[in-house]
Amino acid sequence: MSNLIRDNAIAEDDWKLVKAPAGGEETVRKQAGKVVLFKLTGEATYTAEQIAHTVIPTIGKVLVPFAVWIARKDELANRLSAGEVGVWLETHEVLETLIQAQPDLNVFPLIAVHVERFADGRIFSIGNLLRTRYGYKNELRALGDVLRDQLFFLKRSGFTSYLIRADRSAADALSALNDFTLPYQGAVDNKLPVWRRVNRGATESTQ
Amino acid sequence: MYKYDAIDRQIIDERVKQYRDQTRRYLAGELTDEEFRPLRLQNGLYIQRHAPMLRIAVPYGMLSSTQLHKLADISKRYDRGYGHFSTRQNLQLNWPMLEDVPDILAELATVEMHAIQTSGNCIRNITTDQFAGIAPDEVVDPRAVAEIMRQWSTFHPEFALLPRKFKIAVSGTKEDRAVVQAHDIGLEFYRDAENKVAIKVWVGGGLGRTPILGSVINEHLEWQHVLTYCEAIIRVYNLHGRRDNIYKARIKILVKALGIDEFRKQVDAEWAHLKDTPNTIPLTELDRVSAFFDEMPYENLPAHNASFDSAVASNPAFAAWVKRSVHAHKKPGYRAVTLSLKPHGIAPGDATSEQMHLVADLAEQYSFGELRVSHEQNLILADVKLSDLFTIWEKARANGLATANIGLLTDIICCPGGDFCSLANAKSIPIAQAIQMQFDNLDYLHDIGELELNISGCMNACGHHHIGHIGILGVDKDGSEWYQVSIGGKQGNDASLGTVIGPSFAAEEMPGVVQRLIDVYIQSRTDEERFIDTVRRIGVAPFKAHVYDKASKEAAHV
Repeated sequence: MSNLIRDNAIAEDDWKLVKAPAGGEETVRKQAGKVVLFKLTGEATYTAEQIAHTVIPTIGKVLVPFAVWIARKDELANRLSAGEVGVWLETHEVLETLIQAQPDLNVFPLIAVHVERFADGRIFSIGNLLRTRYGYKNELRALGDVLRDQLFFLKRSGFTSYLIRADRSAADALSALNDFTLPYQGAVDNKLPVWRRVNRGATESTQ
Repeated sequence: MYKYDAIDRQIIDERVKQYRDQTRRYLAGELTDEEFRPLRLQNGLYIQRHAPMLRIAVPYGMLSSTQLHKLADISKRYDRGYGHFSTRQNLQLNWPMLEDVPDILAELATVEMHAIQTSGNCIRNITTDQFAGIAPDEVVDPRAVAEIMRQWSTFHPEFALLPRKFKIAVSGTKEDRAVVQAHDIGLEFYRDAENKVAIKVWVGGGLGRTPILGSVINEHLEWQHVLTYCEAIIRVYNLHGRRDNIYKARIKILVKALGIDEFRKQVDAEWAHLKDTPNTIPLTELDRVSAFFDEMPYENLPAHNASFDSAVASNPAFAAWVKRSVHAHKKPGYRAVTLSLKPHGIAPGDATSEQMHLVADLAEQYSFGELRVSHEQNLILADVKLSDLFTIWEKARANGLATANIGLLTDIICCPGGDFCSLANAKSIPIAQAIQMQFDNLDYLHDIGELELNISGCMNACGHHHIGHIGILGVDKDGSEWYQVSIGGKQGNDASLGTVIGPSFAAEEMPGVVQRLIDVYIQSRTDEERFIDTVRRIGVAPFKAHVYDKASKEAAHV
């Protein structure tokens, strides 16, 4: 059974996630005696060699790292026109790099953000920026350590699909999209804060 | 104070339901410890030394009598009959059962209370001056904006999982009592040249391991932009704050690393997109919320009351209490009263269930059914008639709430420390108690005068030791508990961070160390000087010399 939630329902996933091959030996970094769990925003992601050696399936819809797409966009041009290319990024990657290479993001039918650890809240700002700053209108997907207790926040930050972590049930997670009926603040899914949506007894309309 | 409408009620009811299910999944093994951790923390639940600790939100320190009665009942039913008021104006229960927490939250919801975002890496309870709305030096009552910000920050989707905790304080008085410079964001309300409400915005302050006072990021922010401007600040922080090292993850480290000018530039670039978006506050919404904080139905009273004056003249114990615990009020004939949660020898900030019921009754009878929690960990009746003060004093005294030590050395700010907290390096409560016993003579205490002594059991600085005139920090050295002493810290408009005087001390030395600091002050002070003034004038050296002087040390041990 699929573990993908799209538009508030379980859906089949027809996208093939493409990953760059592993780089050299990853050294375990420590800070203050503890293993570093989160990469800093802007840290390098892929080497030229990794990008060159990324294997992209020749048929079907492919979701490729955006760095791979930027470097190899000529090779993917026809498939992009056919609506078969989406891009994904890590939470520490800088969105502006993608925008510079591709100002119109709506050429992609799918953009995904991979969150390595659910506690990494950068994913929410990235979703928000993609929707409000860079005008992205198509499917926006959360990948990786995606768990039900973060879904409501993801939805409000502009995400429309969620690939729930493989060991958890997407069916169980579905209900979390509706944890709260009338949230207070304006966000991506509903830009109006509650006082602009509902008359809370203010003396005149605030619209 | 603010009253919930159907929308507020629905949100906390849905929260109780959500958290009940999260707890169920955790107990059923469907959530790992690591996965449950941020969920329970965002609901104020810590796993402590003996039992979980539950931190209940008291938004900007305001409580109704009904709420305090409920807290008293909960302390009795689910805990051991007492609670601890914290430096963030919240209430902590030290002994609840993890399984009971959903029921406790359901009980709290019936009186419009919750534990949302009292911990975790999110926007925490917003704090303010305990005299908001009644202080004679108040320019703008910040509580309506604080309530609007409470709602805005509740489950804010973009800022649900920040690099680290995020604390906001608001203040609208000439003399800052909310420590705005020691917060991630401090909002100082004032009236500008055109008499409009504006905000001076401080950013990047904080205590903890790396104490830093905030920098001014915006001298003049129009009030209606406060939410979008904070969103710009917090977005820059969320994207660029250091998630690689927990000790460098607060916004203060980012502000320091970039420099305030570069940080401001990035925030302004972000704000250019956010300014005037729908989270901009309309005047109608401010007016709606402000109406909840309208002036109380005060009586027109004369500025003096003969029976009060004669009680002060004839009763030295009452007079001493009035001097310390009774504060000015903007209305003639009214005063604010601080009920001391610092009786000598009891854990600072603790109140029993019976005391809570009593204070709730006093508030009901004498102060329009409302009260406040101060960040100094005392309870305040804000609107008391002069003619009622003597009765209140008698009732408070009979219940251990009238120690005349407010603002004095034994009004110690103190975290729960190693007796309860699993983060602590050392105990703090026994140190506070030993110092209180050393200075148990009230005449002597009054002679020493105003002095803030703050104790934290670890670097996290919940006891605000950096801004104590005397600050004490528990440290761990080779598995045993030691105490580092600093002097010269101060809260307020002229805030400063204390200077460590030298090597740390063993627990049993601490009362003697404080005594020797006081001795130097008494010898050196001019008539007008408080302890902090003397430290600022003569510097740390004379204090250090006397404390570490071998002969005086031995003399003190005799």
